[in-house]
Amino acid sequence: MPIWINEHSKVLVQGITGSQGTFHATKMIEYGTDIVGGVTPGKGGLLLDMAEKSVSVYDSMFEAIQETDADASVIYVPPPFAAEAIMEAADAFDQIKGEGVVVCITEGIPTLDMVKAVAYVDQRPGIRLIGPNCPGIITPGKDGGCKIGIMPGHIHKKGRIGIVSKSGTLTYEAVAQTMSIGEGQSTCIGIGGDPVNGTGFIDCLAGFQADLQTEAIVMIGEIGGTAEEDAAAWAAENVTKPIVGFVAGATAPPGKRMGHAGAIISGGKGTAAEKFAAFKLAGIHIANDPSEIGAVLAVALKEAGLL
Amino acid sequence: MNIHEYQGKSMFREAGVNVLDGVHCTSIEDALSAYDSLGSKVVAVKSQIHAGGRGKGTLYSPESGEKVMVGGVKIAHSREDVELYSRNILGNKLVTIQTGEDGKIVNNLYVEAGCAIAHEYYLAILVDREAKAVLIMASTEGGMDIEEVAENTPEALHKVWVDPAAGLLGFQKRNLGMDLGLSGAALKSFFGILGKLYDVFVMNDCAMIEINPLVRSEDDEIIALDAKVSFDENASFRHKEWEDIRDLGEEDDAEVRAKELGLSYVKLDGDIGCLVNGAGLAMATMDVIQLYGGEPANFLDIGGGAGEDTVNAAFEIILEDPNVKGILVNIFGGIQRCDIVAKGILASVEKMGLEVPLVIRLSGTNYKEGRAIIDASDLQTYSAKTLAEGAKKIVGLIGGEQ
Repeated sequence: MPIWINEHSKVLVQGITGSQGTFHATKMIEYGTDIVGGVTPGKGGLLLDMAEKSVSVYDSMFEAIQETDADASVIYVPPPFAAEAIMEAADAFDQIKGEGVVVCITEGIPTLDMVKAVAYVDQRPGIRLIGPNCPGIITPGKDGGCKIGIMPGHIHKKGRIGIVSKSGTLTYEAVAQTMSIGEGQSTCIGIGGDPVNGTGFIDCLAGFQADLQTEAIVMIGEIGGTAEEDAAAWAAENVTKPIVGFVAGATAPPGKRMGHAGAIISGGKGTAAEKFAAFKLAGIHIANDPSEIGAVLAVALKEAGLL
Repeated sequence: MNIHEYQGKSMFREAGVNVLDGVHCTSIEDALSAYDSLGSKVVAVKSQIHAGGRGKGTLYSPESGEKVMVGGVKIAHSREDVELYSRNILGNKLVTIQTGEDGKIVNNLYVEAGCAIAHEYYLAILVDREAKAVLIMASTEGGMDIEEVAENTPEALHKVWVDPAAGLLGFQKRNLGMDLGLSGAALKSFFGILGKLYDVFVMNDCAMIEINPLVRSEDDEIIALDAKVSFDENASFRHKEWEDIRDLGEEDDAEVRAKELGLSYVKLDGDIGCLVNGAGLAMATMDVIQLYGGEPANFLDIGGGAGEDTVNAAFEIILEDPNVKGILVNIFGGIQRCDIVAKGILASVEKMGLEVPLVIRLSGTNYKEGRAIIDASDLQTYSAKTLAEGAKKIVGLIGGEQ
């Protein structure tokens, strides 16, 4: 069993009639994701033809979940409305099912909007928010699988490595690295590069530790904040499976935002050196270069008697 | 996005936060008439740049490089002092611990009335990413470097987290004031100011408000003697007024242009230009260049799904940097198609020419098509399968030329 979503998860697309929403809904269907509907207020009743499938559009998340019994939603709504979309999804899943996974892809949501949205989600314990500003979550299946997000589906394969990362393209790089040593993935999660987000590293590590399919973990952090240090300390106490870690941003100058809103070293805190040191202390296998993740993972698997 | 102290103080003043009278000046004449109008014998003459450490900075002549004056913030006791200090500051280069060696030319000055200070405090409002809430920090050790306070005397640093649903509550303001040892009229003044500052923070989508020092005057008023304000750029869509107060002279020209084109670009000191898709991968590319003995000239993320034009613009920005001796393109196509990047590279080179070695690593979506486009052209490039291989190659190629 992979974590949080499986090959059969039913997924709604919020903002499905926008260009990003339409494009990625089609890609998700092509990959094998069970897209059961979309939500765009004011466009309810519309039927969209996507990848040989007819997808119904609803006016609200409440209506959409009632009609489709969806398990998850993915948000491609523009930044001014994205935090509200997260809260609408959380409210509807909570009221109807008491649980649900909400994945927010949108980049550029104001931080104070996210402070509000995360607090709102946290009051509904059955709701898991992934993102925002992330590639999403994917559980490759035997044939197709469940991809909720924007990652290129074709680079993945079902397997035993769990991947968690703050960065999008670096997650793809990690996937390619596992494939280079013949390993597939259980679930890959991009938690996003914003300063305030939903699911964090520790949630993912806990999920992978409890998951029977996952036998080893790749964790990719970046500069800013102390989430990597906290996760490493937690892993030292709670994770028995081997972990390979990399942190991006060793060369970043202090005080400059490196693309991601959260990727900034402030007051000497949040440096890559500190994060690597915390990884080492926690017994995490370190890759100094993302091109080495495969090789380091092979060593870690061997040491654990898994190869 | 950062703003100047005088702009931050004007926001404070409008919100009802106590600040001293002051005038924004851009010439010595301005400064002198400001002194006359303020009617205060003692005034502060303050350099306005987007960097901290101004008081302890040093001013140099931009032409000769000669040292002009120590200290970018000066207390003037006379009209003559004001003239001397503003002459020494305006048009000269201020180097502080935050500006780097190059320093910043000072074009703006703030002349501010003096006040009788009883005690200096520190106050900051920011978003605590771990607690996922707004955090207010205050200390009795004002005027000092806050990192030092946190390190050496953590007990002097008091913190309050704001519940996003409830907002900043009365008891939190009162308790924080009492933690600072305030009572009576001063506590009342602090209570009022903190509430107003929190409102300024939220209504303006600030990333940070830092006041160092916040002072208690001899007649028990709490006054913001400093104002370091920055905004969360993600919220710019609902703050059109930021365009009017943005000082582009304080920002790197190439970084500003890149932003307009939807690129994230940060100039660095090295000589290997990089063009990458995705912020994490762009950082990792810089790291790996350094790991194999090179120095990156920039951070550049073209984003997801960039078109040929965007790639072209990105290439132009890299080639404009005279330090660039070689370029590494590192693309892992997800939404981004490698063939589009390849076409963008060819178009740029055709337009601008290319005199430095170029290493291209394409992986992911349409990498074969992208590779084929490059191979079919006359362009002399080096290809790499992995990031490590690409980094080693470009470092080697540059080393070979020296």
